[in-house]
Amino acid sequence: MPVLTNTHIDFMGKRRLAFMISGALLLISLISLVTQGLKFGIDFTGGTLLEVGYEQPADLGEIRDTLAQGGFGDAVVQYFGSDKDVLIRLAPNESVEAAKLSDKAFAALGASANGKVDLRRVEFVGPQVGDELTEDGGLAMLYALIGILIYVALRFEYRFAFGSVIALIHDVLITLGVFSLFQIEFDLPVLAAILAVIGYSLNDTIVVFDRVRENFRRIRKGDPEKIIDISLNETLSRTIITSGTTLLVVLALFVLGGEIIHGFALALMIGIIVGTYSSIYIASSSVLEMGISKADLMPVQKEGAEVDDMP
Amino acid sequence: MNEYPLWKNLLVLFAVLIGAFYALPNLFEQNPSIEVSATHRAEVTDATVSKVEETLKKAGIELAGMDRENKKLLLRFSDTESQLKAQSALEPVLGGDYTLALTLSPNLPGWLKATGAEPMYLGLDLRGGVHVLIDVDMDAAIKQALERYGSDMRSYLRKQKIRYLGVKVEDGGVTVRFRDARTRDEALAGLEEEFRGLLLKAGDQGGKVFVRAKLSPREELAIKKFALQQNITTLRNRVNALGVSEPVIQQQGDRRIVVQLPGAANPGRLKEILGATATLEYRLADTEHSVQDAEVGKVPPGSKLYHERNGRPILLKRRVIVTGDQITDASSGLDQRSGSPAVFVTLDSQGARRMRNMTTENVGKPMAVVFIENRTMTKLVDGKPVKHKERVEEVISVANILEPFGRRFQTTGLDSTEEAHNLALLLRAGALAAPIEIVEERTIGPSLGQDNIDQGFRSVVWGFVLVLVFMAVWYRQFGMIANLALTMNLVLIVGILSIMQATLTLPGIAGIVLTVGMAVDANVLIFERIREELRNGNSPQASIHAGYDKALSTIVDANVTTMIAAAVLFIFGTGPIKGFAVTLFIGILTSMFTAVIGSRALVNLIWGGKHRLKHVPIGGY
Repeated sequence: MPVLTNTHIDFMGKRRLAFMISGALLLISLISLVTQGLKFGIDFTGGTLLEVGYEQPADLGEIRDTLAQGGFGDAVVQYFGSDKDVLIRLAPNESVEAAKLSDKAFAALGASANGKVDLRRVEFVGPQVGDELTEDGGLAMLYALIGILIYVALRFEYRFAFGSVIALIHDVLITLGVFSLFQIEFDLPVLAAILAVIGYSLNDTIVVFDRVRENFRRIRKGDPEKIIDISLNETLSRTIITSGTTLLVVLALFVLGGEIIHGFALALMIGIIVGTYSSIYIASSSVLEMGISKADLMPVQKEGAEVDDMP
Repeated sequence: MNEYPLWKNLLVLFAVLIGAFYALPNLFEQNPSIEVSATHRAEVTDATVSKVEETLKKAGIELAGMDRENKKLLLRFSDTESQLKAQSALEPVLGGDYTLALTLSPNLPGWLKATGAEPMYLGLDLRGGVHVLIDVDMDAAIKQALERYGSDMRSYLRKQKIRYLGVKVEDGGVTVRFRDARTRDEALAGLEEEFRGLLLKAGDQGGKVFVRAKLSPREELAIKKFALQQNITTLRNRVNALGVSEPVIQQQGDRRIVVQLPGAANPGRLKEILGATATLEYRLADTEHSVQDAEVGKVPPGSKLYHERNGRPILLKRRVIVTGDQITDASSGLDQRSGSPAVFVTLDSQGARRMRNMTTENVGKPMAVVFIENRTMTKLVDGKPVKHKERVEEVISVANILEPFGRRFQTTGLDSTEEAHNLALLLRAGALAAPIEIVEERTIGPSLGQDNIDQGFRSVVWGFVLVLVFMAVWYRQFGMIANLALTMNLVLIVGILSIMQATLTLPGIAGIVLTVGMAVDANVLIFERIREELRNGNSPQASIHAGYDKALSTIVDANVTTMIAAAVLFIFGTGPIKGFAVTLFIGILTSMFTAVIGSRALVNLIWGGKHRLKHVPIGGY
């Protein structure tokens, strides 16, 4: 199926436009992140969360009343996935030990429903643990970026390393921006997804860089802009196909994986789309803007090697 | 040129066969089961088996199978519902002599079981269970150690006949005050000799002459380490007494303990038992002084005011006869005369001697049993959570000593059989060396666990099928090769996870799904390269060769970076996230193997020998 081959798209010519689009997206993301921030899940804020299942569709008002009578007046109650599943967030309570809140609340619900309620999930995260998870998460992202920076700098050239890291920060910020803008809950699995996006998006970028390096060495004529364009066109079908297959499976995960995995799958989807775009437009353009030239990518000649060949 | 040496073909074949063999157990259903195990007082006998069968029959619960292994009985059920029903039916019948633990057990045929191959270990989010993270209060452990040092110093000085003014634990150290510098220096020399774990310093300030003792860093570390180890041991004893199959109790960091209890259905009771500090103390009642006076603040020096459970005040002697530490065994039951819940206690030899002496001297006088519990409460003060500790001391029974007590006796006055049961368990398992607090809990009920398995399985299958169809349409016969490689990859991932007995979590399944999507990448890179070579007018065989060769470095580069991300996730991630990192990491490794070497072997076998190959069936190019 000869689709997407022999294309001659002028990617680099449109890099100003791409920079503008990305700039706008980044600006929106940053403004949203600064003004309303992320809606952190209890993994990071600490707190208690309870998921219960009923045999019949549940009446949220009734559940609120029951909880209020049990002393949990400020509990947040909502459906989770279906109208038989209910998610309850409990606020810290003065008279109850934090780790035992969920048991008391569930006991209250069980008593009013004659035991016809099923405890599906409890998550309790103490405040200090939440702080640690936030710190570890931030550190993880930082170390992943540094590790990648070093590897790419060693395998390619420092400009490529910066180019790829700029693209990665771009992807992460925009993904976070979407989560902030639409106030989608940000929990541990979402953080894991973002780290996976870092790895994935880089995958795309490296494939392009690999070809750029190869073409810089192979093609004698043409300026860097032209050579990068050729490389992008040559790898275009691969980039699209791989992103496509990965999107397919993540879509399967999003649709079939259940409520718990929703945020995770969503973060991956956004990350893959943004990552594919950035590896085409942002990573290579950044390298070009930093003034890459042919000479930078020629294999290093070992000084002694030539002498040995002399008669 | 496109032929593999025999060993490479065999390597691929061998790897796939091994992978397939170890992946095999995962195809068999895992039954919700109940593990019945006998406590140290009972045994699993034919009578037990028939009792179980009878009970289940009466309750109308169908048993899918039963396995008997020396001290254990494994009951299989076809669904979680009948498993839970069976648990509540069996619990009252088997009583305190057996523990019932919910678990999942693979229904493997005998020949497969004999090889020792096992399915992947399902994480708590898939099998259901309780995960708690426990924080050990190290400040309290240090303080306890200092108190101990303080009283040791007191008795040392007394024994050496060195006069001191006072010993006080303050500001993370012990201060011993003396009348003059000469006595202090004498004491310092002796103390330094005796207490090598302490850093001692002489000092005087504002006319006060003292020796200040602090723990040496090494001693402090040793105390913390001991507190953690001791708590782990106690928690393990408690968990074992509860009867949970395959519990995990592990140190995390330098002050935390992770406890994972698969299949545990009642998180409330579990947490109560884990964190409980309940213990008993036996004291003589003070009958010489007036309780009324004590209530208004005039408590006699040798006594202390307590309250009974019904709120009635009572004066008890300060001196303790026996503490919970001296109890070596305890069991719960009913008092034969009154029928009320009771705890039967056995003392160690030292405790038994004290008990005998005290009760012999005080026949006819009342003795009280004090129930002591420490609770950590978190309160909100100005919107910020503040922890504080509460010590509850209640007198649960007061009775006249009719005759001297021996090593074994019983205590009544407990509210319920459940409380008696829990107290016996706690006394038996031993006390915690330092107070603990649950700082994180993740409980997944059995029904959600099953849902997670179903949904995870469905998304793997659908993701996989979608990719297979796409590849077959896009790359034709070569696409089928890629699909075979992808299938090999999936088999290898599952096989390796089963061999490692790594924990499979829901994010882990997501990792597998993601790997399936990304694994075709290597083949896409290779195939696109081959198409390119063909477009450049190279011969089919040369194109295949060049395609594989040139794509290799790109594949490695691209995958190493993803592996860096996976490794970082593994190091920083906790629990389920680690599972995601593990599957992602393994998936990348296996995908490189199957996509590069595996698919090449197949391509070589099919087209490699055809020297006059005119056309590569790789879709249009």
